[in-house]
Amino acid sequence: MSESEHAANQAAKYWWAKMRILLGILVVWFTVSFGCGIIFRDWMDVNMPKVGNAPFGFWMAQQGSIICFVLLLVVYNFMMNRLDEKYDFDEKGEDA
Amino acid sequence: MSQGFWNGFFIVLSFAVYIVIAIRSRAGSTKEYYTAGSGVSPFANGMATAADWMSAATFISMAGGIAVAGYDASRFLMGWTGGFVLLTTLMVPYLRKFGKSTVPDFLGDRFYSKAARLVGVICAIFICMTYIMGQMRGVGVVFSNLFELSIPAGVIIGAGIVFFYAGLGGMKGITYTQVAQYCVMAFAYTIPAIFAALTLTGNVVPQLGLIGNAVEGGTPILEKINNINTELGFSEYTQGSLSKMNMFFITAALMIGTAGLPHVIVRFFTVKNVKSVRQSACWTLAFIAVIYLTAPAVGVFARINLIEKLHNTEYANAPAWFSKFETTGQMTFEDKNGDGKIQYFGPGADQPNELTYGTDIMVMASPYMANLSPWIIGLLMAGCIAAALSTAAGLLLVISTSISHDLMKKIINPDLTDKQEVTYARLASLGALVVAVYFGINPPSAFVAKTVAFAFGLAASSFFPTLLMGIFSKRMNKWGAICGMVAGIAFTLIYIVYFQFLGGTPEQYLYGITPEGIGFIGMIINFVVAFLVCLVTPKPPVEIQAMVENIHIPRGAGAASDH
Repeated sequence: MSESEHAANQAAKYWWAKMRILLGILVVWFTVSFGCGIIFRDWMDVNMPKVGNAPFGFWMAQQGSIICFVLLLVVYNFMMNRLDEKYDFDEKGEDA
Repeated sequence: MSQGFWNGFFIVLSFAVYIVIAIRSRAGSTKEYYTAGSGVSPFANGMATAADWMSAATFISMAGGIAVAGYDASRFLMGWTGGFVLLTTLMVPYLRKFGKSTVPDFLGDRFYSKAARLVGVICAIFICMTYIMGQMRGVGVVFSNLFELSIPAGVIIGAGIVFFYAGLGGMKGITYTQVAQYCVMAFAYTIPAIFAALTLTGNVVPQLGLIGNAVEGGTPILEKINNINTELGFSEYTQGSLSKMNMFFITAALMIGTAGLPHVIVRFFTVKNVKSVRQSACWTLAFIAVIYLTAPAVGVFARINLIEKLHNTEYANAPAWFSKFETTGQMTFEDKNGDGKIQYFGPGADQPNELTYGTDIMVMASPYMANLSPWIIGLLMAGCIAAALSTAAGLLLVISTSISHDLMKKIINPDLTDKQEVTYARLASLGALVVAVYFGINPPSAFVAKTVAFAFGLAASSFFPTLLMGIFSKRMNKWGAICGMVAGIAFTLIYIVYFQFLGGTPEQYLYGITPEGIGFIGMIINFVVAFLVCLVTPKPPVEIQAMVENIHIPRGAGAASDH
């Protein structure tokens, strides 16, 4: 395999690995906000354990989803940095 | 010490800090004016972006909106934070790698046409102008409360200050002022909330107070507010009254709009590489969450206090702050049944409601209602102004760079020197401010957050889909992108203008969707039109396809911006 083919191959693999991470992040993102906070909110208010004294769906909409968003970005940072390093696309030496 | 002393103390102190920072970091070159020389640390940029992002609408109106709407207001909470997940995963790392200084810059290069750039400039100006009106209004509200001025005078003073440091300092000046402004905002927002939580719930942490019990009677605080609401003829606080579909559409429009707002995107051009962009976005959301997680608690506490202090109180014995807000016209009382008492009722009650107030006033009135000391109120005022100024400055920068860089330099006259370009940028920001002041004095919609919500609809229907296709699709060409953007923003704009200015009634809503949520439909229209047009027009040139591949590889972003 020539060098340019190898590079193209690496880039394609990196692309799909990245897409998997993005998809995972976006599925969780949709579930905690639109899912818990809006679509299934009334069901969750009734059927899920309360958070303190707040109904679950209501709490997810006003507090839980925001906490999840922050955690999602922390995970995203961690996974993307690891992926970049694995494929040697990271920015070592460019920090200066 | 008097209230006037503390107000003056915090405002003057914070302004002194901003001005010192602005003068020390004045921009010399276009590079510094547009992107602060791409040398800002992720942490500092995170703080600056948070301040840029949290507008007067967030700071002043959101908790009030939550107090009035209860669960329904969750659309703002989720919409304005969830968008950062989209922004971070789908937008900014790639745009930073591309390495130019404005959003129309990317559109112009990626879609290899001046027309795409021009459409980008027009969309950017539209979005930012809509948004900045809400900010100027916010500044006006705060100043009028502070110095008992009229709102127009307050708007003009605020505009003068923004011009001073945004117009002159550019991105470099703005960034470091915003870091200071975030600190002021965070303290100003959380400290009154902590005191209110202590008095009402005995809990130091407002978020725990929200899910805890009331000091008086020991009932859960949310149950207490539900009872109050039902008794007075409002819908239950934790239930809300907006339809599920509208909740979904408005939340989606706000999230997608967030990811397409040019003044937020350009903030990430100020850090040095792709890794820093991701890190910085994470900091941004964390800093924003500090305030967004507090807002629901502030809303509940403010509502309980307001009703307990005013409902069924003799007008003659009303608290002193009530007459203060009456003078500025932000609270009104009309004794409909002639018994001399203030009565507050919702639409479901059989008695007439006698008390009206603007939701904008809730945050500013809440420390008075909770009997907090004057220094806390002074701090809050400084925070309100910081919120409005930081966002207005960020928006102004996008408007001025769109005009100076994208319109003047790239489209009209490529021979402009660096110095001339910066001069045009300053002139453009002055022009934009004049328009913003006019609309700040005569706002198209009374509720600040509502005006702002429209900017999101416009961003959701134009930039987000086009940028996304530009980044993730090699096949998308200039025809598709231009037609999509025009179709998306035209549809959204017509829908909003029709219902906001031309007297459209709610019965005429398309499938019952409110103008705030229409941006989501606008986005779908943009995608569909772009896709269809793209199918029947030729592929983009090979070098553009190579460019799309290149922006997905993080390595080399530092070098790309140094040209």
